[in-house]
Amino acid sequence: MKIHLTINGKNYSHDVEPRLLLIHYLRENAALTGSHVGCETSLCGACTIELDGKAVKSCTMFAVQADGAKITTIEGLANDGKLHGVQEAFWNEHGLQCGFCTPGMIMASKQIIDRNHAPSDAEIRHGLEGNLCRCTGYQHIVNAVKAAAAAAGK
Amino acid sequence: MATTITKTETLVGKRIRRREDPRLITGTATYVEDIQMPGMHYAAIVRSPHAAANIRSIDVKAAAAAPGVVAVFTGKDTEKVGPVPCGASLPDLRVPHHHIMAIDRVYYVGHAVAVVVATDRYLARDAADLLEIDYDVLPAVADPEKALAPGAPAVHPQWPDNTAFNYHQEGGDIAKAFADADVVVKQRITSQRLVPNAMETRGVVAEWRGADRQLNLYTSTQVPHLVRTLVAGMLGLEENRMRVIAPEVGGGFGSKLNIYAEEALMGFVAMKIGKPVKWIESRRENFLTTIHGRGHVDYYEVAAKKDGTILGIKLKIIQDLGAYHQLLTPAIPTLSVLMMPGLYKTKNVSADIVGVFTNCVPTDAYRGAGRPEATHGIERMVDILADELGMDPAEIRLKNFVANEEFPYPTATGLTYDSGNYAAPLDKAMALADYSKILQEQVEARKQGKLVGIGISTYGEICAIGPSPATPAGGWESATVKIEPSGTVTVMTGTCQTGQGEETTFAQIAADELGVDIDNILVLRGDTSIVQYGIGTFGSRATAIGGTALYFALQELKAKVKLFGAMLLESDDVTFSGGQVTCNKSGKTKGLAEIAGATYRAMKLPPNTEPGLVATHFWEPPNFTFPFGAHIVITDIDKETGDIAIRRYIAVDDCGNIINPLIVDGQVHGGVAQGLGQALWEQAVYDDNGQLITGEFMDYAMPRAHMMPWIESSHTITPTNVNPLGVKGVGEAGTIGCSPAVVNSVVDALSHLGVRHIDMPLTPEKIWKLANAGGTN
Repeated sequence: MKIHLTINGKNYSHDVEPRLLLIHYLRENAALTGSHVGCETSLCGACTIELDGKAVKSCTMFAVQADGAKITTIEGLANDGKLHGVQEAFWNEHGLQCGFCTPGMIMASKQIIDRNHAPSDAEIRHGLEGNLCRCTGYQHIVNAVKAAAAAAGK
Repeated sequence: MATTITKTETLVGKRIRRREDPRLITGTATYVEDIQMPGMHYAAIVRSPHAAANIRSIDVKAAAAAPGVVAVFTGKDTEKVGPVPCGASLPDLRVPHHHIMAIDRVYYVGHAVAVVVATDRYLARDAADLLEIDYDVLPAVADPEKALAPGAPAVHPQWPDNTAFNYHQEGGDIAKAFADADVVVKQRITSQRLVPNAMETRGVVAEWRGADRQLNLYTSTQVPHLVRTLVAGMLGLEENRMRVIAPEVGGGFGSKLNIYAEEALMGFVAMKIGKPVKWIESRRENFLTTIHGRGHVDYYEVAAKKDGTILGIKLKIIQDLGAYHQLLTPAIPTLSVLMMPGLYKTKNVSADIVGVFTNCVPTDAYRGAGRPEATHGIERMVDILADELGMDPAEIRLKNFVANEEFPYPTATGLTYDSGNYAAPLDKAMALADYSKILQEQVEARKQGKLVGIGISTYGEICAIGPSPATPAGGWESATVKIEPSGTVTVMTGTCQTGQGEETTFAQIAADELGVDIDNILVLRGDTSIVQYGIGTFGSRATAIGGTALYFALQELKAKVKLFGAMLLESDDVTFSGGQVTCNKSGKTKGLAEIAGATYRAMKLPPNTEPGLVATHFWEPPNFTFPFGAHIVITDIDKETGDIAIRRYIAVDDCGNIINPLIVDGQVHGGVAQGLGQALWEQAVYDDNGQLITGEFMDYAMPRAHMMPWIESSHTITPTNVNPLGVKGVGEAGTIGCSPAVVNSVVDALSHLGVRHIDMPLTPEKIWKLANAGGTN
């Protein structure tokens, strides 16, 4: 099936098998390997992207379902070499160790802040429930989201 | 020019953000799965659905004829590949032949039976479903105590008692200790099977360049050089014809400190098909086939005087090994024995280990590897003893600690504790907890029927693993430092980070030693064609041993820089600091870049000196290091639901000197999360047929953000004299200190109801039953 998408502001068009997962489309057809596959069952969130303004897990969606959508992946967050505030905050607060969950974690964090400019610790932790991290114990991630929210509010 | 790379500020000890992060936060890092090559093929592995079965037949015809399939290989095809190696040696150890795929019998669910190779990952998986395998299912045994019972199914038919080894170690006079005791406390304590679950599963890309007889293997590993040596051996390939690259590695926690069948299998496939091949482990496969951790049933007896003095400890460990020995499987419980006295000075110990085969995936090193089990055991036993004697848990610990003036302290298990001030973190944690006040509060709460617990653990650990005689593959580490002609600095370390941040901490060390800006330093690792031989990252060793190797390589280079600087300044009286050599008489200076240029240009050389600025140091540590700490956990238990809420988590860790406090905090937090995972939620459950019924994130309860308490992390600092950096290691501390503190806290909350011990994980169901029935566990 022929699909057309906008990813990180660029137009993509491919003929794909109906069963192709969106994550595989992004990683292989669009060569955007920043989003990761951590579980294939939508439980870990490493594949989280933004699709038409909503954070979604791209491992449990078919590429054809995203036909016509506007997608932002981790690669599309920085603008002209300037990091997005959430990326900057993850860096400053040591919100990552091995980095594998990080792209999904950053996309989920961005959505938390987009929806709530001053999230509490509990709201941040609730917002990150769908994203697993095995390295950090989440504490520095929570710090990063708070710092990013504070910086965005300035 | 020279001044542009000079700096005076020291970086060691500073909370600086990590240098590896830009690629990780922008999605531009390269993990194994991100590697693409022209002509890449994809492998899907067909695995046994049975824990024990004979393979009657395998029909590959339909799979081999499926679209896109280029090859199907079964165990018989790979029979000539060498066995998956076990690096541990114990007296009379029974080592089953661990072929890379099952040949005529499968030994656990997930055991590889065949591999399908296709031009596309979807087609490979499609074809994998077409394999027809006829199994003759056999009885299986998945529980180590059941496996030891008479008449249990034999995991390996040649060893009907399912016993891989018996190990005994003792020190002092255990019989006298128990004869002299006023009190003996006994308890069975389990440390359940856990799944390491690095967020990046394993994965391998193999590329065979036949004309050069060159195999390039990209694998998600903590130990690329060991993979090269051992996998080359398995494939019968000359070691120098194999290049192993660990690109970005998405977490390991010990699970990637191993040599896996798939690493050799992908090498085999690439050599057969002459094309690059990629295999990425699914999460389900990761649960089933990557090593698990823990798997202990421990029987403890502790003898003590009425005043709380511990006289002796007896321990029997039943270790669930799984069906095979992976790289270090049988060695892990021996680490528990080494650690069994904890921080306490008792000289009398006796330990027995029975290593038991089960029809499960092998156990091996998982964060802490043997030390969490030992610490959990002794820290639970000390609480049980305190309860028996009516003593305060803090008081009994303080009474038995090795005293500050006793270091270096030879232990009952043959170790020498390097340095310590064991009361310091406990005092600090108690002050932070406001210990006497919280005890009062607990009394009040109980009057109102509320369940409040206070749990202490004071842990010790064995880090910087380790001196070579104590480590199967060599316990040293290596570093090469090159100062390039322009004065920039390249560090090549034999360690291989999986998130620990050595690209930053090692750059901090090098920047300080050379007095140059950190931006001039590049740290490389994880490629056997770039980096001199190394051991890898595990056992909280990277900074303590690899950092020290770096330190000594830097000293060698500094001496050479000084020599060339003196020559250029035409003076014998020079000093090297702040990135430049200064003539002490004239005050004239030569910067590092100018000196480096001169060493390569080599117009003139100091006597007995070669051109260039490169130094390599292999450092053999004289001892382990022994970090320690105290964790205090305050819990509130909901009697109606059995839920445990952690009101406060106080961690005071002493890991010696700290290179980067930000990174150390991150290590503690992550360690605690894994310890808490074991204490409260995680458990690999096999049913009686050997089926893993917690084989997905849906069933295996990994800590999520909303489940974690705020961790109040702080430190005391007692440097080691084992290495010149004074660092001990911190990667596993949080995990080791955590689980006993949590369980002690919950048992404390329920102790007035007669509860003395609860095995992990402390599920709400268990807690509710105890809180409401008042029964003992």
